[in-house]
Amino acid sequence: MTSHRLTSRRSLLKGAAAGGLLAASPLAARFASAQSEPIRIGFQQHQTGIGAAYGRWYGRTTEAAVKAINDAGGINGRPVEIVAEDDGTDPKRGAEVIEKFATQHNCDIAFGTLFSHVVMGSAPAAGELKLPYFVVSEGHHVASGALNRWTLQPGITDVKSQVSSMAPWVTDTLGKKVTMVFPDYAFGHDHRDFFSAAVKAAGGDVVGLIPIPPTETTFTKYFPQIPRETEVLYHVMVGPAVLTFVKELGEFFGPSAPAIFGFIDSLEAVDLASPGLEFLDGTYFWEGNPRYAQADQSEYDKAFRAAVGVDDTGASTSDAKDVSTYAHMWGCWETLYIIKAAMEASGYAGPDDRQALVEAVEAMTDMPEGMEHPQGPKLFNGRTHQVFGRQYVSQAKEGRLVKVHATSIEDTLYPDEVDYTTMSF
Amino acid sequence: MEFGPHLVLAILEGAVGAAVLALTALGLSLVFGVMRVVNVAHGEFFMLGAVMAWFVAAAIGGHPAVGFIAALVIAPLVAGVIAMAADWLVLKRVNYDPEATIVATIGLLYIMQQSALMLYGPEARPVEAPFNSRIALPWVEWGEAGLQLYYPWGFGTTSYKLFVIVAAVVLLLAFWAFLSRTRFGLVMRATQLDRETALAFGIPVETVYALVFGLGAALAALAAVLIVPIQQAHYLMGGDPLLLSFIVVIIGGLGSIRGTIVAALLIGMSDGVISVFFSPTLAKILATLLVALVLVFRPQGLYGKTAT
Repeated sequence: MTSHRLTSRRSLLKGAAAGGLLAASPLAARFASAQSEPIRIGFQQHQTGIGAAYGRWYGRTTEAAVKAINDAGGINGRPVEIVAEDDGTDPKRGAEVIEKFATQHNCDIAFGTLFSHVVMGSAPAAGELKLPYFVVSEGHHVASGALNRWTLQPGITDVKSQVSSMAPWVTDTLGKKVTMVFPDYAFGHDHRDFFSAAVKAAGGDVVGLIPIPPTETTFTKYFPQIPRETEVLYHVMVGPAVLTFVKELGEFFGPSAPAIFGFIDSLEAVDLASPGLEFLDGTYFWEGNPRYAQADQSEYDKAFRAAVGVDDTGASTSDAKDVSTYAHMWGCWETLYIIKAAMEASGYAGPDDRQALVEAVEAMTDMPEGMEHPQGPKLFNGRTHQVFGRQYVSQAKEGRLVKVHATSIEDTLYPDEVDYTTMSF
Repeated sequence: MEFGPHLVLAILEGAVGAAVLALTALGLSLVFGVMRVVNVAHGEFFMLGAVMAWFVAAAIGGHPAVGFIAALVIAPLVAGVIAMAADWLVLKRVNYDPEATIVATIGLLYIMQQSALMLYGPEARPVEAPFNSRIALPWVEWGEAGLQLYYPWGFGTTSYKLFVIVAAVVLLLAFWAFLSRTRFGLVMRATQLDRETALAFGIPVETVYALVFGLGAALAALAAVLIVPIQQAHYLMGGDPLLLSFIVVIIGGLGSIRGTIVAALLIGMSDGVISVFFSPTLAKILATLLVALVLVFRPQGLYGKTAT
């Protein structure tokens, strides 16, 4: 029995080897100074429901960003851990997920929501629970003042700035009489309201407005409402039926189509080379970030693609048919780096510092282009909790999207509608 | 768009919807008629057909027509076999008790939907049509030289949409012939009329049930294969056809094949026409209202027989 207590040379060697391995492993070395309690980020992910394609790529981008952050030493010496929960792209479940993050998972913050109705449904819960809520949504609801001080959108630009900066280009280049086809809910209404206003301001005219229910599966029946005088058709659609939408649009017009300007949302996660989309050749798209690597591609975009696993055509490096939501998903990457910067600036140590974290984000302004901001430089407005950045117009040419116009950040600015910093926590 | 071309476009769109709906609802009606089972998972068999079509087309490759024709055969077969297995594993075990089968098929619905999510994924995927060209349609007008043909702006359809309408009509006729001219059709009708007597005459009712459940699912899957080159395969696509099939079956009369087809035409066409001229929401409101009216004033449906 005593033999058990004896330490043989062999087991000693084993132990030493194991200890050596531990010491040599990058994690142990890098987080040695901290108590290595991870920072837990609740990731509200559209794993199922109409936002699932976005959710998948938001997930991959988030994983890649967290890996990069952890490889470089984590945040304040602590590793970052993502707690992903499926919200079903549903506002009610979204609110429940936020509550789970705060009460069950002990998350430090919540992050990652895209669809605007889920943001609208979840933000009040985040406000009540005093949980910093970083959305990556494009919706104008944050900057409009409809939400609360705990909800921020520092990593992706909003629809209002996108469309108002784009409208002058559309009316100057494509035509003055515009008909809009858009989804009939908050996100689409943002497009309708802000683009109409911007087109009028640019001397154009919106001659037709065609709202389409977000769960619609066939579209030809809506197109006869497009007025004959239309010079530019503006389309933005979301959900699983986007390919049907663009296909039927082409079938409706045949050879006599007006100029077409679409938001890439109508084609996110859809292969441009899909059969039936040939008519899109020569039409224009807004892109939040060019899906196809451009001639003037920055080194950061190159590194970002490599980190997430996306090739030069915007598809997964492991499956060319798996097309990414490239115009949106960079928002997750940039948001996570903003969270890192704000946690470091505020010396974030735990949930008691949540208020200081929000204040640290509010204090941010210029964000230079770099590995933290691969899409381009940004300007953050702490009062409205909204970030501003460049927008791109691309043209479909021979099955690729080629950048033809980029706005400046100044083009995308508009007067503040709210000052969240005057609200109490 | 002018009124005439607009109306024809609406009717064409409505006809495509009605054609697919007739096939789908026929499956639901058949299962209810023969087995008295309200199959809440019917929409999922529709989805299964579409998803299988994608798998088959992707696996075969080559010319789109090859994959499509293979899908037309394989997808309904797979859906049918899975349905028969579900019948044997689940429905038979609860003795086809009406309430229990509703709950059981709800369970089946979720199992199939979530399995599709796990195996196929959350994205919508297209299946290429075997042929698809835009057909610009002409219209007539009185010009200076009398009647003239011209091609109005935006007035057209595709060859594939026309094919869907024709294919559905052919399939419906074939099904009618099968039901009224073949021995198995006779056995099915006998089982529908009176289960006990059929059993007494030596009809293997349980086998008939399994086959009918499989056939119902196969019809839904077939409808989905036809529609999937127009729409796309998606794991949540079963909801709409289920709801519309229920509406159709209630209006047409539960278990009545003729009623089902008439109601599918009525709902499909009115859906097309009303959504083009007014709004799709109004079309759904009217369809639901019609269901309510039928339930109040003619609970057995247009062609249903009153319970005796």
